Amino acid sequence: MERVILNSVEIYRALTRIAHEILERNKGSKELALIGIRTGGVYLSQRLGKKIQEIEGETVPIGELDITLYRDDLAHRKESPVLKKTHIPFDLNDRKIILVDDVLFTGRTIRAAMDGLMDLGRPKQIQLAVLIDRGHRELPIRADYVGKNLPTATDEKVEVLLEEAGEEDRIVLRKGPGAGGQGSGK
Amino acid sequence: MGLKRKDILAIAEMEKEEIELILQTAESFKEVSTREIKKVPTLRGKTVVNLFFEPSTRTRTSFELAAKRLSADVINISTSSSSVVKGETLLDTARNIEAMQSDIIILRHASSGAPYILARALRSAVINAGDGSHEHPSQGLLDLYTIKEKKGGIQGLKVVIVGDVLHSRVARSDIHGLKKLGAEVHLAGPPTMIPLGIEQWGVKVHYRLEEAIAGADVIILLRLQLERQGKGYLPTLREYAQLYGLNSKRVALANNGVLVMHPGPINRGVEVTPEVADGLSSVILEQVTNGVAVRMALLYLLSGEKS
Repeated sequence: MERVILNSVEIYRALTRIAHEILERNKGSKELALIGIRTGGVYLSQRLGKKIQEIEGETVPIGELDITLYRDDLAHRKESPVLKKTHIPFDLNDRKIILVDDVLFTGRTIRAAMDGLMDLGRPKQIQLAVLIDRGHRELPIRADYVGKNLPTATDEKVEVLLEEAGEEDRIVLRKGPGAGGQGSGK
Repeated sequence: MGLKRKDILAIAEMEKEEIELILQTAESFKEVSTREIKKVPTLRGKTVVNLFFEPSTRTRTSFELAAKRLSADVINISTSSSSVVKGETLLDTARNIEAMQSDIIILRHASSGAPYILARALRSAVINAGDGSHEHPSQGLLDLYTIKEKKGGIQGLKVVIVGDVLHSRVARSDIHGLKKLGAEVHLAGPPTMIPLGIEQWGVKVHYRLEEAIAGADVIILLRLQLERQGKGYLPTLREYAQLYGLNSKRVALANNGVLVMHPGPINRGVEVTPEVADGLSSVILEQVTNGVAVRMALLYLLSGEKS
């Protein structure tokens, strides 16, 4: 069973609102940098960067973070996940980092991302922006900016499908056997 | 996809896709080595054992650094300081190490095939760090990585391997890897040092260095194993240097942008003149840097849970 949670227009609106919230809370874009968690978070951070530039007229640096090396479940997996590259072309020190991901679920990915960031420098602050918060946290982590809160069951799967990955923009909730996990459909 | 094996024993038995996965993974690890804090917690709690039955600085240090950058615990055991001198067998030594809960054992041994004995008998993953004159897969992979990084790809390149192919495990690993990735492989050396029938591997053999080097994209020099030279493979080192030593004049015969590589340690003035070894074409030190990234990739890819 499949249900569309957000369509392309709603995703656009959610991201526009998040961009405004980021600027309001940080009183502009000074000191800000966006870092997307691979893969979905990278696309969303680029969209947010574009919006912030439209609103403020200022370019915000954008980085890409692969959290694989910081995962806490590597020892339990049959094979190691494919590694992607971390690319952060600016100095993290003393910046306010907006970490961007598509779906917030257990919180373990965000913990890994924060560990990864701390190894790369000492940001002044880390804030978290997600398109969907589906609940079921296993760690004390919450997002500062949320596109949509979506209460889910653990056996449901939230898929974020984006144009950058060759899909039509939409967020889909799937139910049924084998649908467990977060999944962002890239 | 992941690696289809528990151990890394030889490039000869790897599929092209596995080699490409390792090279791609190494690229991500190279980024880790450029950070201010060159360490990630990936292998926290894992134990890596360097079991070296032959002397080595480069390979052992490279594996040790790779394991430490991934936060593994590392133990180094060399023959002179182990119970091997008391007559313990290879397998008994390894079984005792495994009984201390090792996860990955890196073995260098003078006998070809020794890593296979361990790989069959142990639960730990085994990485061959050089066995006799059979293979040295991690060196082969770092050579492939360096060529790919510098040339953008390997398919269609003319690669010349020069020197003592007969005794060289590096040459064997390089040949298998290069062939699998589509390079055209040429060998050059004295007839006494080129194994009979090696053309069956799909390589071209030359006994004149100039002929082999003409139009080359990559020249891989092998170390002349001076410790074996008492056996009559060469009249004199001087003659070898004259006929097969790489100098600037000979490098000029190769294509523009040719890479000069050497697995080390170099016998300066024998396999290569100092001006070429330290010249612009030389990527010898970059091979060493890339070695750490490639070995990090191997340790990472072998570290999944064993069934």
